[in-house]
Amino acid sequence: MSVFTVSAIAILVSVAMALTRAILGPTAYDRILALNAIGTKTVLLIAVVGFMNDRPDFLDLAIVYALMNFIGTLAVLKYFKFGTLRRGLTRSSGGKD
Amino acid sequence: MEYLDLAIDTLTWVMMMIGCFFVLITGYGLLKFPDLYTRIHAGGMADTLAAFLIFGGLALQSGLSLVTVKLFFIVAFLFITSPTSTYALAQATFVAGLKPKLDGFGEDDEEADDTPASDEASNKETGDPA
Repeated sequence: MSVFTVSAIAILVSVAMALTRAILGPTAYDRILALNAIGTKTVLLIAVVGFMNDRPDFLDLAIVYALMNFIGTLAVLKYFKFGTLRRGLTRSSGGKD
Repeated sequence: MEYLDLAIDTLTWVMMMIGCFFVLITGYGLLKFPDLYTRIHAGGMADTLAAFLIFGGLALQSGLSLVTVKLFFIVAFLFITSPTSTYALAQATFVAGLKPKLDGFGEDDEEADDTPASDEASNKETGDPA
């Protein structure tokens, strides 16, 4: 087994544990946290699998996934906090509920 | 020259195995920690430390080419955005009114134990540094 196979298996096991937290999580923030962790580990997994198959072009997909993960986490947080995506991020108007 | 290849391979193994160790620690901490804020601490560790170690190992294997530049860009982007999203999550959680858990750690384990609960509770209170 190459080092990439071992790393891919370890990352998949960690993704399974984070997915369990996303299913169990008592609050919605637990699920957002688990989703963010799964996204970061997916970036790692795409890069490692690309090296494992001798196709490093997969790194472009990893870059795009890293960008989308950050934007997606912030969008979900804002939607969950304000109930809509249209309002500005002012601290005084938010956080009452 | 083959000693150099062997050294690079060994360094790749070491870096990626330490990275996988931290990735597994992160998943276990996400699963087992008792509080949301401790889970945020555990989850934020993989974003920077494990990503740096794993991508460093991949960069050692890729030689010096465009692939290395792409790996560097991914690591630089993750180092900026992951702590930002972690902080945003913690701040939104705190503003929403979820307080950190300050005491009562390990009570779920003590219920499963067959040792007397009062003895364990007194030990917890005396041993609590807070």
